[in-house]
Amino acid sequence: MLSGENIVKSVSDLLHQLYAMVGLSAFKGVLDPIVAAHVMFGFISVFVMFLVWMERKVSAHMQSRIGPNRVGIFGLLQTVADAIKLTIKEDIKPVHRDKIPYYIAPIIAFVATFAGMVVIPFDKGMVVQDLNIGLLYIIAITSFTVIAILSAGWSSNNKFALLGGFRSAAQIVSYEVPLVLSLVPVIMMTGTLRLGGIVEYQSQNHWFVLYQFIAFFIFITSATAEANRAPFDIPEAESELIGGFHTEYSGVKFAMFFLGEYIAVIVSSAVAVTVFLGGWLPPFAFLAFVPGFIWFMIKLLLVIYLVMAFRWTFPRLRVDQLMDFGWKVLIPVAILNILVTGFCVLFFGKGV
Amino acid sequence: MNFEFIENILPLVLALLLAMAVPTALILLSALLGPRKDNETKLSPYECGIQTQAIPGDARHRFNVKFYLVAMCFLVFDVEVVFLFPWAVLFQKMAWGGFLSMLGFLGVLAFGWFYLWKRGALEWE
Repeated sequence: MLSGENIVKSVSDLLHQLYAMVGLSAFKGVLDPIVAAHVMFGFISVFVMFLVWMERKVSAHMQSRIGPNRVGIFGLLQTVADAIKLTIKEDIKPVHRDKIPYYIAPIIAFVATFAGMVVIPFDKGMVVQDLNIGLLYIIAITSFTVIAILSAGWSSNNKFALLGGFRSAAQIVSYEVPLVLSLVPVIMMTGTLRLGGIVEYQSQNHWFVLYQFIAFFIFITSATAEANRAPFDIPEAESELIGGFHTEYSGVKFAMFFLGEYIAVIVSSAVAVTVFLGGWLPPFAFLAFVPGFIWFMIKLLLVIYLVMAFRWTFPRLRVDQLMDFGWKVLIPVAILNILVTGFCVLFFGKGV
Repeated sequence: MNFEFIENILPLVLALLLAMAVPTALILLSALLGPRKDNETKLSPYECGIQTQAIPGDARHRFNVKFYLVAMCFLVFDVEVVFLFPWAVLFQKMAWGGFLSMLGFLGVLAFGWFYLWKRGALEWE
């Protein structure tokens, strides 16, 4: 049967035969993770390019335009062309920059978000490393983007970049709290932080979106804000702050911030799918013949489409509205949600 | 040395190294491939409208204390959230005792949050 677990197993068997042929079978403990990391990296690179194209197509349809359609079929290669173009563009180095943070910031922005993908299970057993503290790891490592944004804003030595960086940091930091609080009820019900374990819990019960709709809403909202996407894109509000924290960045360094933003969208949508929408599980039992990773990708694309639809349907919030919404609405609701969940779990017994 | 721990984090470390290597390589590549036509205006900080400062665009000013306040509030709440995680994992084992003690903890926190609100720390004008 075609399933993620079988594919992983046959590929690793093939690789182990290959190692034995070259005489490297003693190092398979090191080589396997290297291969897994490369596969994930390749997948993410291609998927990000697809998403950039998808976003442009979605926005085009919402505005009755056609969108990119020149490079490749349906314009699918547009992003590849853009990436090549950005690589051969001039690398402008503003004179007043702080050299080291200016160079490190785009790399951190990329690394911090990509690192989150490592623990996402695409199918049963189809994961680079299913850490036992997976959820905590994702939250911890993706919040490193704040450092990238702050150092980019500060080191550019430009008032627009500085203001954009500060606003962005304030926003990410404010929405970090409801984001994390919205995941606590799920952990209370499953009793594990391992993402694979959370999906297995949902295979015996219902998907968490049915029990925890409020948490799902809080999570999607805060994840959109975390990724600095519209309607929460005040740090990059063009009419006020030019390009926000990446005003002074051009060429491939700008592309790194851009890719980082899209990978952040992938990571948060993947967490939403794994935690709230049943991960690789089919929606109905009779659809189980379709492999799990296909279900995962369908759900992932639907959630990403939702996030993209947010961007092109809602107007941008003001800074005070944004802060009020985070601190005065989402945080108390998330805390109440934890208490109500705790009460229900204890009162109605395990698994609700 | 705990071998299992190393085995667990090895893929993460490798993925991180790979993720660090590729952007670095791309940035170096673009430095090699891209043209270099510097001039003073191009390299000066981006500025819009009339130049108001001696050094155009210089951003080493004092900034609003609000940002500092938000960071402080975040620290308090984030530490509390970290405290919630181990509690949530063991929640069903601890049952009512754990729930009630967390009720007390969240009560104190909610009081602090209410105090912040009333003192105007959450207002943004």
